[in-house]
Amino acid sequence: MGRYVIRRLLQMIPVFIGSTFLIFFMVYALGDPVAALFGDKAPDPATAARIRKDLYLDEPLWKQYLHYMGQILTGDFGTAFNGQKVTELMASAFPVTLRLTIVALLFEIVVGIVLGVLSGLRRGRSLDTSVLLITLIVVSIPTFVSGYVLQFLIGVKWGVVTPAVSPYAPFGELILPGVVLALTSLAYVTRLTRTTIAENSRADYIRTAVAKGLPRHRLVTRHLLRNSLIPVVTFIGTDVGALMGGAIVTERIFNIHGVGYQLYQGILRQNSPTVVGFVTILVIVFLLANLLVDLLYAVLDPRIRYA
Amino acid sequence: MPEKTLPHETTTPEAVSTALKSGAGKPRSLGQDAWRELRGSWLFWASGVLLILFIVMAAFPSLFTDVDPRQADLRGHYLAPPNWSHIFEGDWFGYNGQGQSVYARTVHGARASIIVGVCVTLAVTVVGGFVGMLAGYFGGWVDALLSRLTDIFFGIPLLLGALTLLQAFTHRTAWTVSLGLATFGWMQIARVMRGAVITQKQADFVTAARALGAGTGRILLRHILPNVIGPVIVVATIALGGYISTEATLSYLGIGLQDPVVSWGVDISAAQSQLRDAPHVLLVPASFLSLTVLAFILLGDAVRDALDPKLR
Repeated sequence: MGRYVIRRLLQMIPVFIGSTFLIFFMVYALGDPVAALFGDKAPDPATAARIRKDLYLDEPLWKQYLHYMGQILTGDFGTAFNGQKVTELMASAFPVTLRLTIVALLFEIVVGIVLGVLSGLRRGRSLDTSVLLITLIVVSIPTFVSGYVLQFLIGVKWGVVTPAVSPYAPFGELILPGVVLALTSLAYVTRLTRTTIAENSRADYIRTAVAKGLPRHRLVTRHLLRNSLIPVVTFIGTDVGALMGGAIVTERIFNIHGVGYQLYQGILRQNSPTVVGFVTILVIVFLLANLLVDLLYAVLDPRIRYA
Repeated sequence: MPEKTLPHETTTPEAVSTALKSGAGKPRSLGQDAWRELRGSWLFWASGVLLILFIVMAAFPSLFTDVDPRQADLRGHYLAPPNWSHIFEGDWFGYNGQGQSVYARTVHGARASIIVGVCVTLAVTVVGGFVGMLAGYFGGWVDALLSRLTDIFFGIPLLLGALTLLQAFTHRTAWTVSLGLATFGWMQIARVMRGAVITQKQADFVTAARALGAGTGRILLRHILPNVIGPVIVVATIALGGYISTEATLSYLGIGLQDPVVSWGVDISAAQSQLRDAPHVLLVPASFLSLTVLAFILLGDAVRDALDPKLR
């Protein structure tokens, strides 16, 4: 197990370097951070050259990248163009988005798996058909539409929750945004669970379990669900990164000052250190989530062992 | 399911030929089989009709309306509500905050979405299919290299990557937006293709083709490709809806298509601040957008059911 984890961590290094270099390339080579610093005005050549020198932007791209990575290893993510430390921005943004993602994930896992199991066990009946239909409709509505409509209906018209989130973003205010963020993934989790449950419920070991007289709830939770969860867990693991990236839309609708908000502001204003710093952290989160998924396989299926 | 192969009992040539003539045991290709299955599926027809409607709308918007989508009459029509009795007329769906006909703009907006969706899907299928095929067929260091490359791009979510790439372009058209989405969209197809090729390349017919002296290119294109294209088509069709949705999201965030282009995303983005006073300005293009995405997903589902005999 330990050796497997170490091997996987080592395998992550090239992917991490590649992904961060890709972002670095897009931000620093395709965009022009110094020109963005001056806004619509044409930059004074001497000042621009001095800024380039100060920020190591006059070096070749690979040297800039190495310099940046060296700084990151010492915990220095650089300074955003408005003078704030990027690490300070992260310290204020990540807890908020983490809470939002937890709400979304909980919602996605609990509601998605319950709905999936219920409809998978009743394959072809009316509950199954209506769940399938609803998930299809949910998948086809883009988040920014469902977000605005739900915010308008639940937040403004019926006044059940506050339509905008306060700066500290406690869990209570994040329920509606979390639901909006989770909706599409929720539909996928439901459909995925339904398919695997429906497939596995015809398996021989289920017939055996029924024949030996197991109570139904034990049959479903211990035998059926545990064997059906692997594809679902895989999906949820890869979805963590997508959720944090998708928070760009949700956080904009509900005015939440989290990772998505900072990233969006950074991209809009071409605030390069912010963008590269935040994406670097997101890539790490994504890679670790994938590792966690692989380790969970062994928990779910004892036949899988990692040497 | 009708029998695909000739019955084993009929060994005499006469019996075989009568069986062939009667058509009972006539062998059919996977494509013909899938088509028979599709013809009976109402999902396929419903999504097909919807899609043809949207594609005609994208190609010939003047068939649906003769109102200019950019013509604005602020004083006369500012946020005028829909007039449901005037079917297919300019004020059918009311007017937006610029006094432009929502109906005309929605009809003309189909083009941008369909173009971006189709272009991204084509690019993604070609690039992803090529990468996946090479990785799966050659294995070894080619596979290691290409799979790591796929992992690298997979590390960045589609929306985030497209946003970062597109902010570098100050002037964005449907082509640049397609490029941005395709750059971060090909990995899924590559993985599906790689997996399918790996299972197919050990098949007897590949060995037979090689023994007959077929070159690598011929084996890949004529023997393996027809056998692996099914799952790729399914994934690509379902993803097409997703790309249309992401294009609208990019436009909503202000980093997709830009104003002179009439597009659903741009219109929904402009309508968000008026949601309380005039919900129709947002809901009409949003419904069209969702219906298009839904149609592609349904089509993909129907095609998958037809191509995958295991699910029958």
